[in-house]
Amino acid sequence: MAEPRVLVLRAAGTNCEAETSFAFEQAGAKTQVLHVNRLLERPAVLHEYGLVVLPGGFSYGDDISAGKVWATEIQDALGDHFRRFIGRGGLILGICNGFQVLIKTGLLGLEDPATKAPTATLHWNDSHRYEDRWVRLQIDPALCVMAPRDKAHLSVPVAHGEGKILGRDPSVVPRLIASHRAVFRYVRWDGGPATYPANPNGSEGHVAGLCDPTGQVLGLMPHPERALFPWSHPAWTRENRRFEGDGAYFFRAVVAAMR
Amino acid sequence: MRWQIVVAPRPEVPDSHGAVLRKKLLGLGQTGLASVRTARLYLLDGDLDHAAATVLASRLLSDPVAESFSIHAWDQYRGDAPGSVSVFKKVGVMDPAEAGILRGATSLGHPLLAAKTATRYELVGIPAALLHRVAEASLANPAIEEIQVGNDRFPVKSPSVRKQVGRKELPLARLSDAELEAISKTRGLSLTLLEMKAIQAHFAKLGRPPTEIELETLAQTWSEHCKHKTFTSAVRYHGPTVGGVEDGQVIPNLLKSTIKAATEALAKPFCLSVFHDNAGVIAWEGNQALCFKVETHNHPSAIEPYGGAGTGVGGVIRDILGTGLGARPIANTDVFCVAPPDLPAESIPRGALPPLRVLRGVVSGVRDYGNQMGIPTVNGAVVFDPRYVGNPLVYCGTVGLLPTDKIDKTVKPGDLIVALGGRTGRDGIHGATFSSAELHETSEADDAGAVQIGNAITEKKVLDIVLKARDQGLFRAITDCGAGGFSSAVGEMGAECGARVHLERAPLKYDGLTATEIWISESQERMVMAVPPAQWPALEKLAASEDVLACVLGEFTDTRRLELYFQGELLGDLGVEFLHEGVPRFIRDASWSAPAREAEAKLVADPEATLIRLLASPNIASKEWIVRQYDHEVQAGSVIKPLVGSRGQGPSDGAVLAPVLGSTVGVAITNGINPWLGDLDPYWMAFAAIDEALRNLVAVGGDPDHCAILDNFSWGNCAKPDRLGALVRASLGCRDAALAYGTPFISGKDSLNNEYKVGDTTIVIPPSLLISAIARVPDVRRALTMDLKSKHSRIYLVGHSTSELGGSSFLRLFGRRGNEFPKVSRELAPRLHRTLHQLVRGGHLLTCHDLSDGGLAVAAAEMVLASDIGMTVNLGPLLERGHLSPDAALFAESPTRWLIEVAESEAARVEAAFRGLPCLHLGSTQAEARLRILTSDQSAPLIDLEATTLEVAFREPLARHLEGLVTESTHG
Repeated sequence: MAEPRVLVLRAAGTNCEAETSFAFEQAGAKTQVLHVNRLLERPAVLHEYGLVVLPGGFSYGDDISAGKVWATEIQDALGDHFRRFIGRGGLILGICNGFQVLIKTGLLGLEDPATKAPTATLHWNDSHRYEDRWVRLQIDPALCVMAPRDKAHLSVPVAHGEGKILGRDPSVVPRLIASHRAVFRYVRWDGGPATYPANPNGSEGHVAGLCDPTGQVLGLMPHPERALFPWSHPAWTRENRRFEGDGAYFFRAVVAAMR
Repeated sequence: MRWQIVVAPRPEVPDSHGAVLRKKLLGLGQTGLASVRTARLYLLDGDLDHAAATVLASRLLSDPVAESFSIHAWDQYRGDAPGSVSVFKKVGVMDPAEAGILRGATSLGHPLLAAKTATRYELVGIPAALLHRVAEASLANPAIEEIQVGNDRFPVKSPSVRKQVGRKELPLARLSDAELEAISKTRGLSLTLLEMKAIQAHFAKLGRPPTEIELETLAQTWSEHCKHKTFTSAVRYHGPTVGGVEDGQVIPNLLKSTIKAATEALAKPFCLSVFHDNAGVIAWEGNQALCFKVETHNHPSAIEPYGGAGTGVGGVIRDILGTGLGARPIANTDVFCVAPPDLPAESIPRGALPPLRVLRGVVSGVRDYGNQMGIPTVNGAVVFDPRYVGNPLVYCGTVGLLPTDKIDKTVKPGDLIVALGGRTGRDGIHGATFSSAELHETSEADDAGAVQIGNAITEKKVLDIVLKARDQGLFRAITDCGAGGFSSAVGEMGAECGARVHLERAPLKYDGLTATEIWISESQERMVMAVPPAQWPALEKLAASEDVLACVLGEFTDTRRLELYFQGELLGDLGVEFLHEGVPRFIRDASWSAPAREAEAKLVADPEATLIRLLASPNIASKEWIVRQYDHEVQAGSVIKPLVGSRGQGPSDGAVLAPVLGSTVGVAITNGINPWLGDLDPYWMAFAAIDEALRNLVAVGGDPDHCAILDNFSWGNCAKPDRLGALVRASLGCRDAALAYGTPFISGKDSLNNEYKVGDTTIVIPPSLLISAIARVPDVRRALTMDLKSKHSRIYLVGHSTSELGGSSFLRLFGRRGNEFPKVSRELAPRLHRTLHQLVRGGHLLTCHDLSDGGLAVAAAEMVLASDIGMTVNLGPLLERGHLSPDAALFAESPTRWLIEVAESEAARVEAAFRGLPCLHLGSTQAEARLRILTSDQSAPLIDLEATTLEVAFREPLARHLEGLVTESTHG
């Protein structure tokens, strides 16, 4: 079988492309980091890859709202290419700012079928602050092809200011959860209700990651690429030696979905 | 035409920004405030009709799920917004949002000429008459922003257009001393009379007057900021003998005789480049070297904390990018010195910002710039003392990785002078000379030109291009535009050969800058490179491919002259010898005498209450509220984080990174600072700060035989002999400590005018020496944290405990300074550091925590609260052998001490390693999560407190001050 090929896109202000690329390489994929200007010049490049990643960072500064400018650019200049890419079975992964971009491009399929208006967004954290802390995620693998399957939880860090899933009305997020679109949800380490800071941003339904109806497009706020090594976890010096960080496991699952 | 767009949260969506502001304003005493509603304001300028403006508003500027918007033709818009204040940026102030808006608008098919952003606040419950005052006190900074009450229509003004005056001569020939001084003062040159006279004499010899741009160039190049005149001049020392220097002795060049002398004497082979480049460089692993630089950005941060701290971060990152042929930044470290958050309003002098506002501002500035650059902020400190009220200190540091074959740079005649990055505006004119002057009550109004707002994304783009161009070999030398702008960067690069500059070629933010303004502007995010002409086409193409501006300003020459042209006219022509070597040297007098003795007093301190008060005091209390706002994990190399422990509640001694992904070789970064010992004796303060930085390094796993340190001196006005005397003693302390530890200085910086004048009173900061340390960590899997690991292990106190309490946190609780203070033992300390490191490196310890502020009791409390494991300590051996009082045993801050946790199975090995060195078995850990400190096995405990009590005391105070919020956390 052909080697899985991953395209890591970068733009002005993205800043996690190196570690994201490393994570995919370590998981067995062949990766290429490409500036979005090159993709705009030759969008067909997309079809040489099985998966496209929008990495974390602050694309174009995130000054209007996080991910908005890059989302606008992708939607207008690349939207059709991305839709064709998905149609051919391609996978798209957005991490942190990449998720903020994805949700604002419409590629996550969150639009109301009748009005075409988006039904959910990523909004400011309840604290209205950027926060860096580790969280525990519960996985719903039923729909998303990239979801890890033989592990119930992941420990990974979040680092964002605008990560709160907000539905247009209170029925939106429960419906997403019921239809297995909420691939990752924040849980407390002891199983109790995920109040702050277990849910670091006040996200509705404690949702940390969402996929599209095909299960081929996934966005998540946490950074699995920062949880690759035995020494990545904040309490690693207290535990018996880990073999690896949970992030490494996540990337292997994503690469497995490409095979 | 222009359109004003107003974007606000939909009514059913909570306004989190408003809610946070409300809490903050309530905390500032605005008790009538019922709610705060915020809105973002945009002004779009371009060829737009209503339909196009609607597309931009709905698709680019607002979020359809969370927000609603309104559109107004600006010409006809009245802007009535009763009960609100709107905050706009002043003309010429950087608006980082503009570039993104322009890009988004272009991709939607509606390109714009310009865009502006602003914020509107509706403060429900605040009387209209108070709105302006409230806004000025907490929502806007008049130094950079404009406030409108009751109206949200954008004001539109343009930057003033100054006429190009061409070559302007300034005859100095017949001027008196007073007239020369007046010229320096009115032009803001910060040149002394001696320097003005040297310039006068030089041009008399040339037989022509200097031109305006020549005088400005000399002022920039000769500024204290750029030339470090105090540190590189001769000093006559008066005072008690110190470090071999006797009363009346002249030290020829303070820096060379002390700090640099130590580095030279040590001659460490791992030092690859010291003191001459933008950062110090040491060997690390394989073909990778480490660079480290820490800068001060004090004066700009005093006027505008957010912009000052942000551009401080941006500036030191550019230093790393401008080291060798460009290093890759891998970590940031930031240390702030501010007045205590609860300083009473009457203690805040006129014209100074309240300390909480300063602290919130600098934290936000570091957060926004550092996070956007994708560089983890891994280490820092906050020091609180009332004397920082007018002169807060902001130290920004960056570590970089540099391939060892990219350390050397050369400039060859014929190389093109290429400017890369941001455009040039009027921002930051006279930053170099301003930072070399004292602040006073009207500084804020006078010096608005010195204030800048950074644009991190511009710098991130520059970073990406510099590293690519470096690897493709497209340039021969590089440096950053910092203080003095092009004048310093081009001047330094051409110092050996000469340079010809055509100033009209610089890309400008707006029209109407004079040639002199272009030359000395300190606009951010610019680098200067020496590019062989054959490589220019490739560099130009590379920069353009990622939307980065690059332009050829001129060329380096072999004329040994700095020639400045504007539109073909020669405006300035200075010989490089006079420019770089012509600054007159002088001997300054320095004096020091020990401070007057404080009257002894009997203190009655309840040990438990004292410990709780110490844990809650701002200098010791948890900085979690700050730390969590910094991205400390980007780049994925984090090993020891700033917050450690079972739930991330403990304060780490230092940071460890494994910056090359997949490798287990690491870097440790720590700092040490103790201004209160500076009040007692700056010589021993230097020892203490170095010991603190190094013992933190050792605690987390750094190798004391492969480490280096940086000095950063923030001082009062060193033209005054007593300030300079303190500086002499501190410098000698630095030299002697570096020699004792065998640890070289590799770079440093000074900021020597931190005094604040109100009327006849001057507030002088305490002598503030920051030592920043960096070390190789042989194997990150052996790195250690400070939280207890096991319920059945032994606790040892490593190091010698003494009874002096002078300068301690304990005495400060009682408003006292003390007299006798602890001193580092130069024989014992280096041996302890190395012995402990061998044990850490061998994996023989479970936990290591250094003792600093608050002494043994605070360190033990931190270990317990960080781990949910208990500890019992018996002070008996200390009280008997050391003849210490219980207060001293608990709270004295004797240096070179650690508490270590040792598994029973390793106890014999650890005790053997410390044979002949002070190391006491003081106690053990236990399942019950409480701290118990006894004086003997039989007596009632001095301290018996639950871990949760300690944790609440430690974690809540700063968060409460900064936000009124209680933090808690869990690990996944």
